Amino acid sequence: MSETAQHSAHHIDVKEFHPRARAAIHNPQIRQNFRKAMDGLMSKRKSAFEGWDLETLRDLGANIRMRALANLPDLLEQLEQKLTENGITVHWAADGDEACEIVRDICVARNARSVIKGKSMVSEEMELNHYLEEQGIEALESDLGEYIVQLAEETPSHIIMPAIHKNTEEISQLLHDKTGTDLSHDVEYLTANARLQLREKFMNADVGVSGVNFAVAETGTLCLVENEGNGRMTTTVPPCHIAVTGIEKVVPNLEDVTALLALLTRSATGQHITTYFNMISGPRKADELDGPEEVHVVLVDNGRSTIYQDDELLDTLRCIRCGACMNHCPVYTRVGGHAYGTTYPGPIGKILMPHMVGLDEGRHLPTASSLCGACGEVCPVKIPIPDLLVRLRQEAVDGDKLHPAKVRGHGAKRGKVEAMIWKGWSWMHARPGIYRMGTSLGARFRKLQPGKLGGWTQYRTAPKLAAKTLHERMKERSQ
Amino acid sequence: MVDPIKVYPAKPSKVYFYGTCLVDMFYPDAGMAGIQLLEREGIEVIYPEDQTCCGQPAYTSGYHDEARAVAKAQLGLFPENWPIVVPSGSCGGMMRKHYPALFKDTADDVKAAEVAGRIWELTDFLVNVCHIKLDDLGEPTTVAMHTSCSARREMGVAEVGPKLLGQLKNVNLVEQVRAEECCGFGGTFAVRHPEISGAMVSEKVDTLVDTGAKEFVTTDCGCLMNIDGYAEKNQKPVSGQHILNFLWERTNGDGGKQS
Repeated sequence: MSETAQHSAHHIDVKEFHPRARAAIHNPQIRQNFRKAMDGLMSKRKSAFEGWDLETLRDLGANIRMRALANLPDLLEQLEQKLTENGITVHWAADGDEACEIVRDICVARNARSVIKGKSMVSEEMELNHYLEEQGIEALESDLGEYIVQLAEETPSHIIMPAIHKNTEEISQLLHDKTGTDLSHDVEYLTANARLQLREKFMNADVGVSGVNFAVAETGTLCLVENEGNGRMTTTVPPCHIAVTGIEKVVPNLEDVTALLALLTRSATGQHITTYFNMISGPRKADELDGPEEVHVVLVDNGRSTIYQDDELLDTLRCIRCGACMNHCPVYTRVGGHAYGTTYPGPIGKILMPHMVGLDEGRHLPTASSLCGACGEVCPVKIPIPDLLVRLRQEAVDGDKLHPAKVRGHGAKRGKVEAMIWKGWSWMHARPGIYRMGTSLGARFRKLQPGKLGGWTQYRTAPKLAAKTLHERMKERSQ
Repeated sequence: MVDPIKVYPAKPSKVYFYGTCLVDMFYPDAGMAGIQLLEREGIEVIYPEDQTCCGQPAYTSGYHDEARAVAKAQLGLFPENWPIVVPSGSCGGMMRKHYPALFKDTADDVKAAEVAGRIWELTDFLVNVCHIKLDDLGEPTTVAMHTSCSARREMGVAEVGPKLLGQLKNVNLVEQVRAEECCGFGGTFAVRHPEISGAMVSEKVDTLVDTGAKEFVTTDCGCLMNIDGYAEKNQKPVSGQHILNFLWERTNGDGGKQS
């Protein structure tokens, strides 16, 4: 874990959520880009599920993931065995730094100087690009969105659509500045140019690094979902392929993938199926003409086994990384992905990142939600995100003596003043006589009510106390 | 989050009325309207005098010990097996969905689950238990409706409000775009993250204004306070009230006079 702390030094300060959120809210371009994109994604998802018994499918998805997690240690052993039988080398990494070192060692052993990357959020957790650069190894993103983000020297603002914070004009300008393409609003032209630039890199790359969407234990198959063909190129063109994945991505059987895939693509981009679906089952065999000579899998823990130990928090690990929770989140839509300052933004980030960076660093994350429940409603594997947010809020203030907090950095948000306020509030509301007296006095002296109430009255008028409480009116009525 | 299947009770002769602290202090008219609507359906309404707050503000802020102490003081208020009706999806959701979790591993777990099972959101109760028939006596008007997120997603009653309004022959119900999106209230969220909450409510008010309706109704006083407070401060041409007020005023012969 100390290594993870080292890593976070490269990160934006997670604690500074408020100023970043404020800045985003007052940036009309950001607001417009996200609103437009999220509206589109929500409507695409809706049409993609039309005619489906979505509740039943979500139940199925949730059950597949719960069953996989229930048997996670055994499944991981089975996966390792099957992958090994298939000729894939398996590595285990306790955290991001260890995973980076494994990738470096493979590169060094092959004398590799250039790495081409398919999209992988785990590699973002690892900050792999940054690390490899330090080691003198070039790492180039080949997913168009990731490529744009890398050119802009930014981080992804969405787990599926990394450059969603940028509109076409901004992307055109960036590509013009960095790669010399003509300024154009023609998406086809811009894409074709990027593709041309990347094609050469694919041919010359020594190693391809990709993520994994599902790792099938019974067959030792790595499944990779993508739209641009860059995933297939990354995993087949260079002589060596390294797949990095979180340990939770394992599912027991090949047939489990069908339901999860149906849920994933529809929830993520509203597609019935992605353009490419890769099933990787090993390196090039003796009689085959293409494919990598070596395939490696790095199974990354990075805090997951700690989450796994708690029966409630465990649900966090069901996630299949579709991004529907952020697409439907009214907070994410307003502040965008960068405000969070975390690898994973939005609702899933709010329940996952506190485990990775600690609740001391990430203490504001669980509070940045109105608990509207839109995320839980669309989650394809039914993660009870609002309940987990409440759980983390409790952990952040050490708020439950019956269920002592256990997440790293718990209690960091507990302030003396706030704790006293809730104690006083609780004392009054647990004593009906005192409550009635207090509220009656409030009603009587309502003219003295302050007109300014902090953040509330910045945008709204103050709530108006009624002349008589309902208690008083009911009492009068009964007399 | 919503019950897969809701089993409504037969129409009872009595119910407990849990008014909620926001209704008690800020919107007692909404509470009175709810009580009178129930009484008009021939139901005797019992109002436990010792009710205070369901405990939700402390619960969602993470102060579960404090929330539990307050919630425990509510558990003993409903000794008979009558349904407990609540004029709020949010407080109803707290009591129905979160009390069992809050009292897990305590001596009150069985009692909490029993009380939780008797909680009904009031408009849901009027439609699906009382099978209420409304006779509209009001002038023609156009309204929009904002269903709270907890009414929609925790209590699963999003279709109930429009059904009630649909019974009123002179009421033209219009729907704002992104009707299912949160208004930005979220309890202490509005105070902890004022800018985000402010951005959410400003867009909610804009979409309501865009419908052309001059008034809106809602199932929850939190949303009402938020949306109406924003509209008032920013002089937007729309104002709101609790749906119970609206229903009572339009269907009661004396123009909404309350006893």
